[in-house]
Amino acid sequence: MRFVDEFRDPALAKTLVKEIEAISARLERGRDKPFAIMEVCGGHTHAIFRYGLEGLLPDLVEFVHGPGCPVCVLPMGRVDDCVAIAEREEVIFATFGDAMRVPGSKKSLLQAKAEGADVRMVYSPLDALTLAKRNPDRQVVFFGLGFETTMPSTALTVLRAAREKVENFSLFCNHITIIPTLRALLSQEDFGIDGFIGPGHVSMVIGTTPYRFIAEEFKKPLVVAGFEPIDLLQSLLMVLRQIEAGQARIENQYARVVPVEGNPAALKAVNEVYEPRATFEWRGLGSIAGSGVRLREAYGAFDAERRFAVPDMKVADPAQCRCGEVLTGAAKPWACPEFGKGCNPETPLGALMVSSEGACAAYYQYGGLRGEAA
Amino acid sequence: MCLGIPGRIVAVADADAMLCVVDVSGVRRTVDVVCVAPPGEPLEALVGAWVLVHVGFAMSIIDEEEAAATLKVLTEIGEAEAEMEALRTGSIEPVPAPAR
Amino acid sequence: MSAHPSPKRRAFGAKTITLAHGGGGSAMRDLIDDVFLAPFSGERRDAPEDQARFDLAALSAKGDRLAFTTDSFVVDPLFFPGGDIGKLAICGTVNDLAVGGAVPVALSCAVIIEEGLDVEVLRRVVGSMAETARAAGVSISTGDTKVVARGACDKLFITTTGIGVVRSGLDVGITRARPGDVVLVNGLLGDHGAAILNARGDLALDTEIESDCAPLNGLIETLIAAAPGIRMMRDATRGGIAAVVNELAEASAVGVRLSELSLPMRPEVQGFCEILGLDPLYLANEGKILAVVPPEEAQAALAALRAHPLGREAAIIGTVSDGRPGRVTMETRFGGERIVDMLVGDQLPRIC
Repeated sequence: MRFVDEFRDPALAKTLVKEIEAISARLERGRDKPFAIMEVCGGHTHAIFRYGLEGLLPDLVEFVHGPGCPVCVLPMGRVDDCVAIAEREEVIFATFGDAMRVPGSKKSLLQAKAEGADVRMVYSPLDALTLAKRNPDRQVVFFGLGFETTMPSTALTVLRAAREKVENFSLFCNHITIIPTLRALLSQEDFGIDGFIGPGHVSMVIGTTPYRFIAEEFKKPLVVAGFEPIDLLQSLLMVLRQIEAGQARIENQYARVVPVEGNPAALKAVNEVYEPRATFEWRGLGSIAGSGVRLREAYGAFDAERRFAVPDMKVADPAQCRCGEVLTGAAKPWACPEFGKGCNPETPLGALMVSSEGACAAYYQYGGLRGEAA
Repeated sequence: MCLGIPGRIVAVADADAMLCVVDVSGVRRTVDVVCVAPPGEPLEALVGAWVLVHVGFAMSIIDEEEAAATLKVLTEIGEAEAEMEALRTGSIEPVPAPAR
Repeated sequence: MSAHPSPKRRAFGAKTITLAHGGGGSAMRDLIDDVFLAPFSGERRDAPEDQARFDLAALSAKGDRLAFTTDSFVVDPLFFPGGDIGKLAICGTVNDLAVGGAVPVALSCAVIIEEGLDVEVLRRVVGSMAETARAAGVSISTGDTKVVARGACDKLFITTTGIGVVRSGLDVGITRARPGDVVLVNGLLGDHGAAILNARGDLALDTEIESDCAPLNGLIETLIAAAPGIRMMRDATRGGIAAVVNELAEASAVGVRLSELSLPMRPEVQGFCEILGLDPLYLANEGKILAVVPPEEAQAALAALRAHPLGREAAIIGTVSDGRPGRVTMETRFGGERIVDMLVGDQLPRIC
């Protein structure tokens, strides 16, 4: 595959690993703990495990797996709302595949489906709109979740539904934004992250300028990265070079896909359809101001929250879970007492075991070879 | 988050609806191209372009020059390293770039 | 019923199956005779007994142990590129016998039909079963038909049970892998899983990926001849290659190390997996075996597989190690290493 295979080249990987080793040998002097580099995005976490990148790195560098998995951070109360909508007689509930296993306080969508709810897995929100057109006597609700990457797709689908007057289509909006969450993380007192691998596909929509505060206010380097293993290794090297030079800048390793200004057409659609919520709850992190969006009044007819009464109950995370600490890099997944025991991919308790992009699920599935040794 | 993969636009599916067909290694899918359509130009202009596809939407036109530039930087790192290695081992022969 | 039509065979004229066809009367007799027995038994005529009977001496001549297995098939859709539920039902059970080192002899076929099924659909499925059984050299010797009310099953479920005879002296088993052994597959991985997921149509993807569904007893025969010291074979169906390798590592108390670069895969299947965020190691196959052979027989085994039409893309994909028992790892493309675990549930497209 073009633009994929080139960035999975083993010879290039060896070169990069050598360079990372060299730089960490230079940085080692006077350093008593590893440099913690947070990859914000769950897609990066997945790639790190899929390609076994952790095992290639020197001990002085460690990846900390950030909060960027929208499936993982969805609070249980919102899943309960999904289930309540999906269980309505008239509803076809369309969702991305990986959202089906997320547990609510009583059940997941997969369980609701088994009990008779009409839940359909789709690849695209466009397919949900097609379902609505094919089933005019049913209410088709699409489960909209994801970061800025995914927001344009649901916004454009709502605009399409409005244009084509598909009145039996609506969106259950759970979109969240990464920037307020990064700010919240960075504002924590004991936040021990030395640099960031920035989310490539979010950036292709929002561009690279929204990250500037990370360098300017918090003096941390961030490199926007692509998703192939070479992309990740190169981005890590770029972060380490900044650390070595005592710099904190926003760099863009993924320039083939990410323009500095992002995607204006996508941002226009997002702003047309969505407005910020005052606050949104994240599983494992709690409520974060300005981190969610909802449909504007003008598109209220397509808002599932307005169309159907939902329980809208807050459900606390299980007390014994340490998801928050893992998300912020303060604890490793295997440090949690429930990891691999009460909490496993089949019956996840905490946020990070839910999706294969969650740090705990990734460790469970692909194995933290380092963690095992520790 | 946000699985996205490169594909090539191979046909216009429905110009009025802003839909094109993308090919990913022989797997085809109709995608929305609103976010990458060149303003004021017919959609045919997109045919042949490589785009980044996310949940049925083309979200970015892949910049082939930037991709080549990224790979060039990587190759140069490899060459510089080979030179360093030559210095360390005392080799005086010119060192070829590592095979790609 | 045994698989032989009654002497007064009548053509079956109905267009759709109704509950009457499962009622035990003449409607059922006609359905069985015309739709099932005619294709299954051709022109053979035996007494319509309630069981198939086998001559033990004839079976004993083929080997020294009886192999016995069963499998149910509920695939949706019934027809998919590269096969259908009938072909699958024969291949699945034939392959389950063959991977044990057995020569498949005979199968049973039990069907559960949802009322309202188009008789033509049933005829196509049964025709496909008969054709596949002939190709595999097995007979369908007995069977059963039930019709259930609408909604009590999804169109058509098939259960096939098979017997075979294990070749004398051959001892293959999942506990027999030893460090140093070589792991092979007979071809491209993931075709069936991708074809089925795609055929369901929910994902609106357009691709020509076909199921690899095929009876492998012929291929396995040549493999055994080329590598008589073969340790084990398994068909890599549900759970994909990852499930089989994990079962083998656990049962033999060995480690297994796979090499990502040597996994044979169609570019379309790779593309399919990239789009949906799936891992091809977990995609089902219906015409692929994983075999473990001692190192000295690896090249002969590979050559034998590649010489067979169903093994042209065969490859050595890994080795058995004395690593942590039960642990399967994979060397990624650049010498990184990851653990390959069993899948917990169904693999769902990973989109966000």
